[in-house]
Amino acid sequence: MRARLRLADGTGPVLVVLLILLVALAFAGPAYAEPAGYLALLKRAAPLVVLAVGQYFVIVSGGFDLSVGSLVTAEVVVAARLVDGDDANTGWVIALLLGCGVLVGLVNGLITTKLLVPSFIVTLGMLLVLDGAVFLWSGGAPRGALSPSFRVLGRGSADLPVLGQVPWSVIVLLVVVVAAVWFMRSGTGRLLLAVGDNENVVRLAGGRVDRLRLLAFVLSALLASVAAILLAGFAGVSAQVGEGLEFRAITAVVLGGALLGGGRGSVVAAAAGALSLEALFSLLNLLGVSGALESAVQGVIIIAAVAYAAHGAGLRQMLRRPVPDTA
Amino acid sequence: MNRKWSAAALAGALTLAGCSSDLPAAQAPGGTSESAKAKSEFFDQTEFERQLRFRTAKAVGLDSQDGAAKPWEQALEPQLVDTAKYAKPAGGGYHLCFSNASVDNPWRQVGFKTMKEEVKLHPEITKFTVLDAEAKDDKQISDIQSLASQGCSVLIVSPNTTATLTPAVEAACATGVPVIVFDRGVKTSCPVTFIHPIGGFAFGADGAEFLKDKVKPGGKVLALRILPGVDVLEQRWAAADQIFSGSQVKVVGVEFTNGDAAKTKSIVNEYIQREGKIDGVWMDAGATAVAAVEAFQDAGAAIPPFVGEDQQDFLRMWADEKMTAVAPTYPTYQWRTPIIAALRVLGGKQVPREWVLPQPKVTQDTLKDFIKQDMPPLHYAMCGCEGMPGYPASWK
Repeated sequence: MRARLRLADGTGPVLVVLLILLVALAFAGPAYAEPAGYLALLKRAAPLVVLAVGQYFVIVSGGFDLSVGSLVTAEVVVAARLVDGDDANTGWVIALLLGCGVLVGLVNGLITTKLLVPSFIVTLGMLLVLDGAVFLWSGGAPRGALSPSFRVLGRGSADLPVLGQVPWSVIVLLVVVVAAVWFMRSGTGRLLLAVGDNENVVRLAGGRVDRLRLLAFVLSALLASVAAILLAGFAGVSAQVGEGLEFRAITAVVLGGALLGGGRGSVVAAAAGALSLEALFSLLNLLGVSGALESAVQGVIIIAAVAYAAHGAGLRQMLRRPVPDTA
Repeated sequence: MNRKWSAAALAGALTLAGCSSDLPAAQAPGGTSESAKAKSEFFDQTEFERQLRFRTAKAVGLDSQDGAAKPWEQALEPQLVDTAKYAKPAGGGYHLCFSNASVDNPWRQVGFKTMKEEVKLHPEITKFTVLDAEAKDDKQISDIQSLASQGCSVLIVSPNTTATLTPAVEAACATGVPVIVFDRGVKTSCPVTFIHPIGGFAFGADGAEFLKDKVKPGGKVLALRILPGVDVLEQRWAAADQIFSGSQVKVVGVEFTNGDAAKTKSIVNEYIQREGKIDGVWMDAGATAVAAVEAFQDAGAAIPPFVGEDQQDFLRMWADEKMTAVAPTYPTYQWRTPIIAALRVLGGKQVPREWVLPQPKVTQDTLKDFIKQDMPPLHYAMCGCEGMPGYPASWK
């Protein structure tokens, strides 16, 4: 393990894409001439980045988590009803949401690893279960309200020395990304990547494959809960808040160069992918492109990125000399 | 090999997830007023003028003209029809049946609670059977069929969609039971009465005229819509578009929010960055109005003139922030009227063929009358329910 900063395989392209998008934003909109514009972008992107990091853990270990979008919706609706506008309830409700996240992750992970149901079926089922449960419980219309203190994380800013006003969501985002990078560089993180690459090898070498996979699902659902808290804080209660988020998170991870099926990909690239996606949507809006194109753009990105991942290895080898695999 | 299969399976699963997210299917390229010159197919000049006329017409009570009738008992330009053939012996024992499209949004929830309280006001109604179609046409068709065989005195229908439910309503009429339709309509004249507020054109025009008045010439207006293709919502936008195109304000964007607060806030945030300044916001429904206002607050920009709706959270924001705003309403008190109409029909009293209810708007002058601090944030103020015995507990 080398101590100096080193980008994992596949991080380069997405960082270039992100840089191009950020520069383009500066040209397209006057608001991006100063840091405040980018800070607003980071604030908007924070929930998606957090979700993408969670999704990354599941994808590199060889699975998919389709349940995160409906988990976000469920938690926002539940939070509004339980908090009911009272600041006194903020603390325990946040703890409860994180707890629920862990629970959903455990269920996803246990069914995948113990009952050997493919993860996209398990999590697709979880998506439907959560959607149905929310509908049944709320009757389709959220009740209650969030307290001002609950909304601080998603909406408020911290007054930091030197930097000035920094949105709390940006701080949460940085903490999550740094923790994820640290985790992926630890022994457990590397084993997680190895499980996605070839779980039999890990098993034969004495690694606890099931536990690692379970951990990935729990982390994904836990981070989805964090995203739910950020989103609820950002915009308040809505029964549509999580719609399509699982798709966006997977697009972001794939855009970051992670291989579907696991085994390759960097967490920094996944976060950068999420940021790129948000920057791209902002850019399209600045250029006056209809919002309806967003879904089409996501579709093109996911197909192109998966195709690149499937056939890009040969392409990369033509471009440069082969390097020894360090994963 | 394994990996390829997983990728293929994921592609399938993603398609599913994508389809379920209910994104707008199509939109005029560019989405701005320049490219949307062609009139909407939902615009109907005659109906537009009729609804605009209704806004100032005097609503009348059905039995007396002395103004004692409440708004939900009044009608605009009623053409009364005889209901003697449906009359039941007085004394009650009525069984009212209701096929509801859904209760999947706060507007319908407030309305449905109001309807249930209205039923409680009338001891002659001994049974009230409700089937909820959960926003599914096929379920509502079978709901109506099932109610047809339950011995209903009157069948009330709030259709999920207009065209698809028409044959089911016709079939119900054919069984001889009086049918009352409200909210969205059906394409048949067989129901005894069709109850609805003035309509989408009037709603859209109320907001657009306000902005035309309050935004200086050349000012930039952002229009936020929920989703395309729903006739009630399309009519609101068609009317607003008509009024904006004959004014000096510039519509800089027409965006779909899917009714999602986070998406609304992001869109407004992006428009503030893109245009530098937004001088007015028009919305086809107020559910995400508070999120849109917050976007201005968070960007440190002044809140421009706003068009919202009569939900408590928006009304409170309006008062607290001293905004310049208007709230057109699609009154939830219309849920009281079908019960009143049903009892009139069973009593052999005349009802209007088309029962058009007044559709007031909340203005700066009337704002304080509609703010109810103890009601939930998503409660609709124009419920006409404050005087009912169950108020306020039943609406919480």
